[in-house]
Amino acid sequence: MRGVSKVFSNGTLALKDMTLDVQRGEFLSLLGPSGCGKSTALRIIAGLGAASSGSIDWPSSKINSKGLPQGDIGFVFQEPTLMPWQTVLGNVYLPLRLAGVSKADARPRIMEMLASVGLADFADAYPRELSGGMKMRVSIARALVTKPKLLLMDEPFAALDEITRQKLNDDVLRLWKQSGVTVIFVTHSVFESVYLSNRIVVMKARPGQVYADLPLHTTGERNAEYRTSEEYRATTQEVSTALHDAIHAGGGTH
Amino acid sequence: MSTIQQAGPTDEAGTDSAVAILAPRTSSTERVLRIVVPITMLVLAVVAWHFTVVLNNIPKYILPKPYDVVVSLSTDWPTLLPALMVTLRITFTALILALVGGVAMAIVLVQSKWIELALFPYAVILQVTPVIAIAPLLLIYVPDTQAVLLIIAFLVAFFPILSNMVAGLKSVDHNLLNLYDLYGASRWQTLIYLKLPAALPYFMAGLRIAGGLALIAAVVAEFAAGTAGQGSGLAFRLLEAQYRLNIPRLFAALIMLTGTGIAIFGLTSLIAWLSLHRWHESAIRREN
Repeated sequence: MRGVSKVFSNGTLALKDMTLDVQRGEFLSLLGPSGCGKSTALRIIAGLGAASSGSIDWPSSKINSKGLPQGDIGFVFQEPTLMPWQTVLGNVYLPLRLAGVSKADARPRIMEMLASVGLADFADAYPRELSGGMKMRVSIARALVTKPKLLLMDEPFAALDEITRQKLNDDVLRLWKQSGVTVIFVTHSVFESVYLSNRIVVMKARPGQVYADLPLHTTGERNAEYRTSEEYRATTQEVSTALHDAIHAGGGTH
Repeated sequence: MSTIQQAGPTDEAGTDSAVAILAPRTSSTERVLRIVVPITMLVLAVVAWHFTVVLNNIPKYILPKPYDVVVSLSTDWPTLLPALMVTLRITFTALILALVGGVAMAIVLVQSKWIELALFPYAVILQVTPVIAIAPLLLIYVPDTQAVLLIIAFLVAFFPILSNMVAGLKSVDHNLLNLYDLYGASRWQTLIYLKLPAALPYFMAGLRIAGGLALIAAVVAEFAAGTAGQGSGLAFRLLEAQYRLNIPRLFAALIMLTGTGIAIFGLTSLIAWLSLHRWHESAIRREN
């Protein structure tokens, strides 16, 4: 997904002339204070709300009637957003079902996906029987089961406890490396964004705009060691400073 | 009172997979008591009834003994059974029509804001009018008395289904709707896979209310219509028994109506449980 550029400005000025090129295979975090329009930006990318002006270009994709690349986007919401009346299997089946894939054909793909998020044994469980972290894994499995080129994540782990959150961060990194999917990850956590991404876009509020664009290349693996390394600490400080400046530049009282 | 069974956590899933699946189990003493206590209370009430009548020498045409009612139930069976069948037929036909009509109407209503605005006044007018009050009018317009009873029972049962269904169809998780949009789901797919299942608990609540109301309406409508002779239901037999001071038969008819009501309640509760117990909070026992 080379050279995606989108320029839009919203009526309420949630976002003003935001331009962003996302490279194929990137792990990009949108970081910013609440109200900076990062979720709005994500929803517009997903086609869940039209931009009032500006456009999004999708290179090298089949475009459907709504101007979206068909079947190429996966979305993970802040809540797991599972259908309680469906089993884990049924929930992950949803995107394929809507695309007209029969359950028999979809089953191996679903089971493979569930295995990769560690939930193979829970295919027939109902969402209410799962913990918060497991529900989120189901949600991620559902987003990835169509093998999308772009995965959008809207503060997916904000409601989870720290331990579960770190575990899921590692899982997301692993899935990202395995699948080569492009990820746009919305978060308000500096630590999470530094741990996960290879590019951090800091946004400022009122109006929502890109404030800083920080590429991030780490020497070693991202693991527990990285979490306590000097490199991680320095990057965190750099990003925190950028975020701090962005909050003040926004003139907001955050 | 319960045992906790640990679901085997997989190595991959880590800490958060160690979720306890609770298997509710009632001890056998409690299970026996659950049956014995209400039955004992019922028997005690019947015994008290019997002795009240015997000790006070209450005449049969004012308050019959439980035994007289049982005798009447068996001797008047040939009269009461066809009447019961008429009432049941009206009740269930009305209920089924109300289910189909209520669900269909709710689906139409939530399709567009304008349809809802246009039809809303009629819904309110019909709902706030005591339906039984239009019975005299219906009796003039509709030549067939049985049809009038059916219409009234239908109207009474229709609104709980309609209003619950509308509430249910509107209370779908917005993020799930977004998700369906994202995957390019058609209106039809969204309705079948998302909106209808999401509305199911609401529908079941409506069904339980409507089931009870359909029977009440079938009886009350018959009182109002005053059907005579052929094709008359239990309500007519009740009135008839009252005129003739055949109080045991009146009680027998009453018991049949109560039994019918209990059966409907049990049936609708069973349907609700069967369709919801796997996933909905309302059908799950709370264990703390």
